[in-house]
Amino acid sequence: MKTLPSTDVVIIGGGWTGLLMAKELGARTSLSVVVLERGGPRTMQDYMAGMDELDYFVRMHMMQDPSQETVTLRHNANERALPIRQFGAFLPGSGVGGTGEHWGAVYPRLQPDCFEMYSKTVARYGAKKLPEEHSIQDWGVTYDEMEPYYTRSEQMAGVTGKAGNLRGKKIEGGNVFEGWRSAEYPNPPSKTPYFSSMFREAAKSLGYHPYPTPAAILSQTYTNPDGITRSACVFCGYCERNGCMIGAKAQPTNTLLPVVQRQKSVSLRSGCTVRRIVHDAAQANGKARGVNYIDASGEEVFQPADLVILSSYTLSNNRLLLLSGAGTPYDPATGKGTLGKNLTHQVSFPAATSFFEKPLNRFMGAGGIGVRMSDFDGDVFDHTNLPFLRGGVLNASMQGAQPISPFGVLPRSIKARWGSEWKKASLDYYDRTSSVSFGGEQIPYKGNYFDLDPTYKDHAGDPLLRLTQNWRDNERKMVEFMTVKAVEIARAMGAKEINPYPGYGDYDVTRYQSTHIQGGTMMAASPDRGVVNTHLQHWQIPNLFVLGASTFPNSGSANPTPTILALTYRTADILIDRYLKKPGMLA
Amino acid sequence: MIYIDRQLSGPYGRDRYRYTSGPFEENAAREFGYQGKATPRETYREGLKDLKGFDRLTPEEQDKKLQQIESSHFFALLRQNTIEGMFCDPMHGGNVDMLGWQLVGFPGPRMSNYDDFDKHYGEAFHPKPISLEQALGRRVRPSEDEDLK
Repeated sequence: MKTLPSTDVVIIGGGWTGLLMAKELGARTSLSVVVLERGGPRTMQDYMAGMDELDYFVRMHMMQDPSQETVTLRHNANERALPIRQFGAFLPGSGVGGTGEHWGAVYPRLQPDCFEMYSKTVARYGAKKLPEEHSIQDWGVTYDEMEPYYTRSEQMAGVTGKAGNLRGKKIEGGNVFEGWRSAEYPNPPSKTPYFSSMFREAAKSLGYHPYPTPAAILSQTYTNPDGITRSACVFCGYCERNGCMIGAKAQPTNTLLPVVQRQKSVSLRSGCTVRRIVHDAAQANGKARGVNYIDASGEEVFQPADLVILSSYTLSNNRLLLLSGAGTPYDPATGKGTLGKNLTHQVSFPAATSFFEKPLNRFMGAGGIGVRMSDFDGDVFDHTNLPFLRGGVLNASMQGAQPISPFGVLPRSIKARWGSEWKKASLDYYDRTSSVSFGGEQIPYKGNYFDLDPTYKDHAGDPLLRLTQNWRDNERKMVEFMTVKAVEIARAMGAKEINPYPGYGDYDVTRYQSTHIQGGTMMAASPDRGVVNTHLQHWQIPNLFVLGASTFPNSGSANPTPTILALTYRTADILIDRYLKKPGMLA
Repeated sequence: MIYIDRQLSGPYGRDRYRYTSGPFEENAAREFGYQGKATPRETYREGLKDLKGFDRLTPEEQDKKLQQIESSHFFALLRQNTIEGMFCDPMHGGNVDMLGWQLVGFPGPRMSNYDDFDKHYGEAFHPKPISLEQALGRRVRPSEDEDLK
């Protein structure tokens, strides 16, 4: 295997976290930085040519290619896992910018108590309230520590929204249940479409507190602190599963890449798939020595580096550490080991599919645009007499609908699934249908985790990552409760007919939920409880840092990217201000 | 039909977008998606054998025939691909004259809805559709004509 000239830093993954870390290192140090991205380059011109539902939304042009590498899944440790042959429940991206290119750009912060879910829950309800088999544990960082980093990330991405809690002062019209903010959002909320405005009025009439969904989608021309100027969203509707044709949706390629490209010390290599992190952690004072990767020409090479940053998607972060023997794999039978533990995937479903009399013009829209409410989020409401813990957000968003995927969603009163009656009804209902949706928390359980699959392999012959994942009573009861609330709101919106969500059975790999898979390389204040410390430094390999939602001990209801970016800013500060001055295990 | 023929002769038809290593579990629970070995092309070839002479049946007989196969994997593909052909961009060979889009009031890749997004509350606003080629002023090569990755 060929050995390349050494670099100070190698970054695995050219998405949000990898490029943000590269940008910070490039701006604030003189270190040589190599970013390795497995997919190809992406440009705004590609995205304009990508305004095609079939190739992008249906055939998923921007996603990881499952024919080369996928994951397997089973519902419990007694089953044989099966490969996810086509991605469905979650959609990992590939290419420069990663999943951050095709995201919906919803940009909420976590509820403050998400960082301390164990201690806050026990303090309010007692340990008996915790579900059987839970593995909830505090993060070791608090919301107050995170606040300035959230603010920095919002300014970088140009988030639109309205504050509901400015330094403790509650503000009507914003999210009055959110954690305190040191600053208003950098941009005002976007325009409100018809469907979302009906939701806002209905929620208000029921005594709830609706607010504009915060989104990293510009409502006006904006220049961020790095000097990057982007223009306002035009609601073309080709948003989620697409990249933005004008750069209004914040993506790594339009917000970070232009800065990184100007930095002479940073080089980005696309088409490079990392197979192993090379380390000698078994020896005293062991360290990572670099990475082995297959380059764009197909040759396997060794890239030596003094510092390794693992910043790929949750699935690849877990798999690469497992394949590299970097950490102790979690064993649910004994409870020993931490690598792979606390897999969570947010609860997400169309709670009340609603059919209206009047058309919604729903081809117009953008990923995160809409109105939502947090009256049933986290522990905002009392769970003493409820059969579940935690919660989430009810929302009415207008993503911009293209006709193939939503065609044929009909009221339950119509039984036909094909034929002339079905065709007529499908056309008739097409533009009068939308959903009040819910996105909420899955509690971490001892039985939900990542490891390597013993049977199925990728194109290079390495084992696939295996997910052992299923819902429990807590999620199923939460879904029932939220469905009732959503139906009440839909009724107040004037829906003529409503399909309440039928409920959660077993985890379904075919139904899109969200690309919010979390955990497996979680942070913890002690090495027996996590893979990385609260600085996101690997507990056994001091010159290896891990970035991304894989470090979350639990899911919040909030979309993970804002917290991922805030944590990355925080780790960049720690690296630059402390680690580089005295490399080694940080106290 | 042109749409489906083109899809089946391209990368989709030969399962370019699916993980196709075994072992296969043909009887897997619904929550795991299609776990069989057959490519879409093979599924159609097999499924169409059952429909031999379909075009010579009366509409009632045709419905009856489709009812017999409506829970099959082949029927699921046929239904999905038919919807795709009805509403895809015309460059893929379906949605002729953008009739499918006109039926549901979809305008295609319209470059800006900025002025209209918060207007037309409760009223249909369905601009005349344009195709991607018209929007860009140039042709785009669709996935069925090349391997994407």
